[in-house]
Amino acid sequence: MNKKSNNLKPSDFNTQRKPTWCLGCGNFGIWNSIKKAFVNLGLKNHQILIVYGIGCSGNTTNFIKTYAFHALHGRALPIATGAKLANHKLNIIVMAGDGDGVGIGGNHFIHSCRRNIDITYIMHDNKTYGLTTGQTSPTSDKGYKTKSTPLGVIEEPINPVSLALSSNATFVARGFSGDVKYLTNIFESAIKHKGFSFVDVLQPCVTFNKKNTYDWYRERIYKLESDKEHKKEDLISAFKKSKEDMGGKIPIGVFFQQEKPSYGDGLKQIERKPLVDHVINDIDINNLLTSYF
Amino acid sequence: MGKKVALIGTAAMATAMRQINPDVVSAFPITPQTAIVQDFASYVHNGMVDTEFITVESEHSAMSACVGAASAGARVMTATSSAGLALMWEILSIASGLRLPVVMTNVNRALSAPINIHCDHSDSMGARDAGWIQFYSENSQEGYDNLIKSIRIAEDENVRLPAMVMIDGFITGHSTEILEILEDSQVKGFLKENKAPYSVLDIENPSTFGPLQLTDYYFETKKQEADAMVASMDTIKAVCKEYRELSGREQPLVDTYMIDDAEMAIMVLSSTAGTTRSVVRELRKDGIKAGLIKPRLFRPFPKEEIIESTKNLKALAVLDRSDSFSGQGGPLYSEVRSALYDLDTKPVITNYVYGLGGRDTTIDQIKKAFNDLSSVAKTGKAENLVNYLGVRE
Repeated sequence: MNKKSNNLKPSDFNTQRKPTWCLGCGNFGIWNSIKKAFVNLGLKNHQILIVYGIGCSGNTTNFIKTYAFHALHGRALPIATGAKLANHKLNIIVMAGDGDGVGIGGNHFIHSCRRNIDITYIMHDNKTYGLTTGQTSPTSDKGYKTKSTPLGVIEEPINPVSLALSSNATFVARGFSGDVKYLTNIFESAIKHKGFSFVDVLQPCVTFNKKNTYDWYRERIYKLESDKEHKKEDLISAFKKSKEDMGGKIPIGVFFQQEKPSYGDGLKQIERKPLVDHVINDIDINNLLTSYF
Repeated sequence: MGKKVALIGTAAMATAMRQINPDVVSAFPITPQTAIVQDFASYVHNGMVDTEFITVESEHSAMSACVGAASAGARVMTATSSAGLALMWEILSIASGLRLPVVMTNVNRALSAPINIHCDHSDSMGARDAGWIQFYSENSQEGYDNLIKSIRIAEDENVRLPAMVMIDGFITGHSTEILEILEDSQVKGFLKENKAPYSVLDIENPSTFGPLQLTDYYFETKKQEADAMVASMDTIKAVCKEYRELSGREQPLVDTYMIDDAEMAIMVLSSTAGTTRSVVRELRKDGIKAGLIKPRLFRPFPKEEIIESTKNLKALAVLDRSDSFSGQGGPLYSEVRSALYDLDTKPVITNYVYGLGGRDTTIDQIKKAFNDLSSVAKTGKAENLVNYLGVRE
């Protein structure tokens, strides 16, 4: 993957459809960053499959020109897993929200982490259910008032970064959709990583989440590189950093990265070539069967 | 008497829930149902109900929480649509198998794939064999009424089965209609105490819910469930009669329009009955003997009423807003054909699958079906039994 070897521009990943998100939606930052990342990595449209969940993030299906699969709510990761095993040459990215990832599909998230399947999960984390017009999500701050929780959320939020770390993900990062340049870098590193890479993207929902706004984030976020003591190879340090958001400051950047065999490594069936490239028309199984007759 | 209000369909269902005042509601947002539980959350917030409201992480969890609460003897309600109902599927048969009277609204929406948010009945028809009583509602009024009746029916000691009430997504769910609602006190007076025969919280009489039954007892348990569904018909009729006296609304299990001297009729569930009724009215002006049959109840299947309503017909078209992909037409068609099979004289019965994914079903389409039917009535033969109405080919 040579840098910019594809001679493409970010706009070459546009479709004929213009995004339908609200003006100022955090999705625009993610949309711009991922297209830039594809260009910087030299990826062509046909080399990428994006699997989407349900939500405003899922609507991206119509706005990025790659192979695409619009899955059911919560089920993007298993579909991406199946696709990766069928054709491991594809660069597979999952785009789904916080509800998708740590709510209805939470089980798939922790198992994808521990499985270390070589896909990239970009979580559009706006701490709310935007598409259904603003209900509480699993990452909503405690006390957050929504139409479904007029008295305020009484549960503790899930911290997706901590969860990914404790579930043995091998690349764990957090980005901010208001910083496209930095987010692009994180996406590039995540896609290049061999194994399960997770990026929790803090993303304002300008229509329904009046608490976690661009200003609210800008007052709190800082880049992990500014803390010289943090090493991304150090899981304990990563975990400590992931818990910092409780204290008011929110670190962004790569928390943790580790090289490990990914799911599928060592599978004889896909050692030489992807499953889809195997020719299965002329296989004679008579010899095998005769041993049982 | 009640009062007339203008509400969207989801608000009508939420209003019924407020008046029912269940002990526990657990739900998860999904279009086009979301507005129901959102309204209900505000009732909880404003202290208008005594309900424990649980927001969960999926419909699977919502129905599971309902089952847990109902096992403790609570009056339990929820609401969902489409993929939400599909995700509940595993738990639907647990609610019915444990004979727990959970009552829910399903705002009908097409199942994926492709993803679609509009109305058809593939979601609830996919759950037709889950052991739940099923009501279909033409409009908000019927949805509201069916929901209140369902509580009484489901909780009756001779029934103890869960019930779901369908309204058409967007068409009914998001449209403002005038309906007459009962006084809160009337609903309160209509409902009886929910006397659960067993409760996981009854420490004097400890009980276990859902333990293993293999070849020894499972079959008997399921037969009891089947018997309860058959026997529920008496309770359903009694409750509907009592509700009629309370509300003044005549709502037979199988409604008919202009059927007495009709030679041909269309049978259809839910909102499309309204379109069909206006077509029948128009055809009657031209002297065409057309009629409408609208079942309100689908589970248990009102066989006797269906036979009675079709007895004078020469031709009947059954409209299905879902396909069973069997090659033999939709689910309502199969049920009706089966119900009439043993009769010596019966109409020729054809099927039209219509309105999938919210495709608008127009007056012209219904007229076309009647037009086909009139030649079936004349010749006694149908060219095609299974047809698709309003699809581009």
